[in-house]
Amino acid sequence: MALLQISEPGMSAAPHQHKLAVGIDLGTTNSLVATVRSGMSTVLQDEHGRSLLPSVVRYINDNEVIVGHQAQAKQSEDPINTIVSVKRFMGRGIKDIADKAHIPYRFVSNNASESPSQGMLQLDTRAGLKSPVEISAEILKALKVRAEKALGGELTGAVITVPAYFDDAQRQATKDAARLAGLHVLRLLNEPTAAAVAYGLDNAAEGVYVIYDLGGGTFDVSILRLSKGVFEVLATNGDSALGGDDFDHRIYCWILDQTREQTPNKQPLNEEDTRLLLTKARQAKEWLTDNDEAQITCKLSDGYAIDVVLSADTLVELTQNLVNKTLSPMRKAMRDAGLELSEIKGVVMVGGATRMPHVRHAVQDFFEQEPLTNLDPDKVVALGAAIQANVLAGNRSDDDLLLLDVTPLSLGLETMGGLVEKIIPRNSTLPVARAQDFTTFKDGQTAMSIHVLQGERDLVSACRSLARFELRGIPPMAAGAARIRVTFQVDADGLLSVSAREETKGIEASITVKPSYGLSEDQITAMLKSSFGAAEADKQARALAEAKVDAMSLISAINIALEQDGHLLSESEKDEINASVKSLEQTLNTEDSHAVHAATEALNETTENFAAKRMDASVSRALAGKKIDEVDLK
Amino acid sequence: MAISLTSAAAQRVEKFLANRGKGIGLRLGVKTTGCSGMAYTLEFVDELHDEDMTFESHGVKVIVDPKSLVYIDGTELDFTKEGLNEGFKFNNPNVADECGCGESFTV
Repeated sequence: MALLQISEPGMSAAPHQHKLAVGIDLGTTNSLVATVRSGMSTVLQDEHGRSLLPSVVRYINDNEVIVGHQAQAKQSEDPINTIVSVKRFMGRGIKDIADKAHIPYRFVSNNASESPSQGMLQLDTRAGLKSPVEISAEILKALKVRAEKALGGELTGAVITVPAYFDDAQRQATKDAARLAGLHVLRLLNEPTAAAVAYGLDNAAEGVYVIYDLGGGTFDVSILRLSKGVFEVLATNGDSALGGDDFDHRIYCWILDQTREQTPNKQPLNEEDTRLLLTKARQAKEWLTDNDEAQITCKLSDGYAIDVVLSADTLVELTQNLVNKTLSPMRKAMRDAGLELSEIKGVVMVGGATRMPHVRHAVQDFFEQEPLTNLDPDKVVALGAAIQANVLAGNRSDDDLLLLDVTPLSLGLETMGGLVEKIIPRNSTLPVARAQDFTTFKDGQTAMSIHVLQGERDLVSACRSLARFELRGIPPMAAGAARIRVTFQVDADGLLSVSAREETKGIEASITVKPSYGLSEDQITAMLKSSFGAAEADKQARALAEAKVDAMSLISAINIALEQDGHLLSESEKDEINASVKSLEQTLNTEDSHAVHAATEALNETTENFAAKRMDASVSRALAGKKIDEVDLK
Repeated sequence: MAISLTSAAAQRVEKFLANRGKGIGLRLGVKTTGCSGMAYTLEFVDELHDEDMTFESHGVKVIVDPKSLVYIDGTELDFTKEGLNEGFKFNNPNVADECGCGESFTV
């Protein structure tokens, strides 16, 4: 028996029509999936009751991939084939990766010319070259499987969150990963916006809100303005190399210092002991959120016993400068947004590391108000995404306002002199379309190259190049006489298409921006096809088998009927039916399910008259010699 | 006869109503659709209709329209977990036959 959820008044779904939608927080360190059940946003857990799925993918061989906790456990054992923090590489080229020396992976640049993903970074693993898009798709697949098990059906769609600062290439890469995982993306949503939605701020008073997100390995601060149900990103800042892991590491170093004091010539730790101590450090950190002292005891592989007590005060001493490192990005973001502290209406805490009391105090002192902490900071982004997914899937009534997002960066094109002309300014609400007229630069110019750029700077060299295309066939005219209208359009997911039209002759050229590092439509289709190839063959075989079964049961039914009631038919009618049966039997030897189906239909039609005659005959048999009141009319 | 909730179901309904922030109770009903004739509906209630019948079970108001009541009278609504999935289940004594999935039924 199917399990039901409570719907909004008048919104009950027909059987088998439930619109199962989820929100996915595709994080650098951990990922989560959440859904709205009976009006309540909840994170879906795995078989072991765990909410977080470590964003770790390990390639075991060509066919076997593991994701999550099991993959994470092998991280130090098999670093080259165990990919962590793949989110950092999404939509990036090799030149974008700053500290390659400290990353164990073998990076390869995609050099296939003519490929839209040329220049895109790939990782050389045991299972071959893998793009960050493919690796992320593995994480999304694992979440999809978890959600479909928990919801008992196929997903209608998903809202996936991305950092507010993600550019077009990174957003497109995220969307491609979702498609590869077989997820229908309802929308990409900015992470800080999702957190604000989880707290219901989209229904709250208009004003400015700060989202303080201290995750496992990254720190982000975003300042959002809510007006008329739309969140606009005023400023973002952060530190991509600061997170809860750094706190663990400080505690780990402290434990080592303590043991060295007791045993000055202690041998250096092996990898297994390092991992053990880091885990103990993390547990101590978590324990100190609600307690004053944490006892750390464990036995190293050489039999050495560690037994130390870490007090909450010591933790603060060890890590206060890490907390202070978050202050300067906050100051910068406030300055960029041009805001006074008194204008901040609320502060939302996101990320597990914000559970630490001294982090909360620092934020409280900085903004001079108590931050919002009543939702689980690990889950808040996924919870907000689920709420948005539920609305977009159509499970709420129409009067619920659809939350809109904004363009994170300005979009424009290159003009003479290497300058950028902005067409769509940043923070325009989506979807948006803007057009601007341009003209030719030289007499008799017949073509125009359109270079699409994203960024806030005025120089082309300082902005990110998204695409180039050419408008050809402009009629030769004096410089400045041609009128070329360029239209930029961004859909609800923040993806861009650009078209150019020469107004006098009406010639047109357009491009859907496959950002420099995206996957081409063909590549995605090919990847999807190869995964579906077997499924399609199976489906056809199944259709053929079903059609043959139908046909054979019809033939045998007709043979029986002919034996019983053949006398009702004239010879010519009989011949016609027999011929039709023959031609159906012939199709049974073919492999063409459509032919079988068509012949079955034909036979059905030919015998319609026969069926009617049989019906009449059996009715008159039943009624023969009976009075009307003896007839059982039931 | 009446409609009732198990205490597990009542607890969940109370929690969901509290989370939703509004609503006076839970509406059980049937509509004629689905692969076996009729399907259950389960909705939050914001306003009562004139002909509605109200039951109370474990402190939760259960609202049913009289047309639906003939098909589900005597039903006990339960809340259960099946693997990772969880949700409400109708234990309806009137059911003669269910479709394989249990989402629709005939009486």
